[in-house]
Amino acid sequence: MIRFTRVSKSYPRTGTAVNDVSLQVNKGEFVFLTGASGAGKSTLLKMIYMEERPTTGEVRVAGTSSVTAKANDVAKLRRKLGIVFQDFRLLEHRTIEQNVGFALEVIGAPSTVIGGKVARVLTQVGLAAKGRALPRELSGGEQQRAAIARALVNDPFALIADEPTGNLDDRATRGIFQLLREINAQGTSVIMATHNLELIRRNEFRTIEMARGQIVFDSAEPASTAERRTP
Amino acid sequence: MSRALRDVLDDFRRTPLLSALGVTTIAFSLFALGLFGLVALNIRQALEKLEDRVEIRAFVAPGTTPEDMGQAAGDVASFPEVQSARIVTSEMALKRAQSELGEFRDVFEGAVLPGSIDVQLKPGRRDPATVKSVAERVKRFSFVDDVRYGEEWIEKLYRLRNIAGIAGLALGFAFAIVSVIIIGATIRMAVLARSKEISIMRLVGATDSYIRRPFLLEGFAKGVLGGLLALVLTWIAQTMINRYVIETIFFTARVALLGLLFGALIGLIGSAVSVGRHLRRV
Ligand SMILES: Nc1ncnc2c1ncn2[C@@H]1O[C@H](COP(=O)(O)OP(=O)(O)OP(=O)(O)O)[C@@H](O)[C@H]1O
Ligand SMILES: [Mg+2]
Repeated sequence: MIRFTRVSKSYPRTGTAVNDVSLQVNKGEFVFLTGASGAGKSTLLKMIYMEERPTTGEVRVAGTSSVTAKANDVAKLRRKLGIVFQDFRLLEHRTIEQNVGFALEVIGAPSTVIGGKVARVLTQVGLAAKGRALPRELSGGEQQRAAIARALVNDPFALIADEPTGNLDDRATRGIFQLLREINAQGTSVIMATHNLELIRRNEFRTIEMARGQIVFDSAEPASTAERRTP
Repeated sequence: MSRALRDVLDDFRRTPLLSALGVTTIAFSLFALGLFGLVALNIRQALEKLEDRVEIRAFVAPGTTPEDMGQAAGDVASFPEVQSARIVTSEMALKRAQSELGEFRDVFEGAVLPGSIDVQLKPGRRDPATVKSVAERVKRFSFVDDVRYGEEWIEKLYRLRNIAGIAGLALGFAFAIVSVIIIGATIRMAVLARSKEISIMRLVGATDSYIRRPFLLEGFAKGVLGGLLALVLTWIAQTMINRYVIETIFFTARVALLGLLFGALIGLIGSAVSVGRHLRRV
């Protein structure tokens, strides 16, 4: 489903961000990605949705290879992925419904199906009553739910979440995490970068820790380089 | 309404001045082309008419007898290209010059004009090459001093037409460049204003061509508007010239349409160049 083969990424000015990473994530998995600031988590996620391409090595996602993919292939790939961020990235002047519908509209979905899909996914994330609200009229947790709804509306096979709870208080964090678990329970892979060790400790999901661009721990391969366990 | 069309209207609303400036420069570009194009067109029209009247005039030496002239005219008339050859005596030439020049007739008071043999070619045989070859044969008569066939005139008109054409092209080209730059600047602002939207479009898998479409449409629309404006301006200018200067002809519908298309092309190029550059930075 998602496979990294000896992937390195270096930036012109900042040097190596990801260093010789090999990794596989299977269908339906839930994966925590953790590590200190600057460890390369976001860069790794960006290579999954091909915002960045490896300097060496190959990333394969659902049959799309980072080596050969053209811009159009990347666009097609992203229609099969859901992506959420710490800062929600909603359009302020559009309602929640419009924000979610936007994701369908701009990939040319027929307008007749958009309304139904938006309503279904807003119900799924618990925002059925707030579709007509503007983003600034919602709490942070609700805004993140809206962003997740937008990510889900295309029925992605995997959800990529880069610190989705980074801006939220504990309560809202638990709510969002619960939602991600439900989404995962329905068969969608979830890859979530987080600094929230509490969350990681309390859940028995696969955990990958990065440091200085390398994977230093992967609970799915305890035999490999289990140098140290997250405290 | 399609999202691309809505985006175009949004941009016109967001930057009305710059948008209007873009349309206006395209209009000026095409107006310059149009005006000089009209000049060139009308000169060409005149040249065609002139060709219809093409006449070879062989001036004879002073003292040539009408008999000699008649004999020669008969010979010339038997050339296969020639329709008619008629003799004009010195007196007839003077009368003709006076009547042609109307109010300036006094200029010829007491002048002596040479007689001539005027040769009219058959229709379809009036091309420059034939004219020249006939003129050369006519020149062989010993008493023929000089042969004229309006070559200087025609050449001057041709040159004038070329100058008008080049001037129009140069001015039109300069304005076209300016409009490409201005349209590019407008697109740049539109891209920046919509950068967040664009990055979300990318994130959810919109294709580049989809993202570009509203910007290209915007350039296209401005080009067409500019073209229409230029057409109206050119038409007004022509109407004024007709009323106050001389009767002229206007472009055919097809040429006018071509002008519109050219405007659309300028707008499209302006936005395409800019959108490619700026989308990469979003
Ligand atoms: N666009 C970029 N251009 C240049 N260098 C970059 C870029 N993005 C990341 N880097 C560098 O790559 C390294 C890894 O950054 P990355 O954002 O992947 O870390 P992270 O693990 O996500 O950190 P955080 O937990 O703070 O989000 C950093 O040293 C950073 O300076
Ligand atoms: Mg990060």
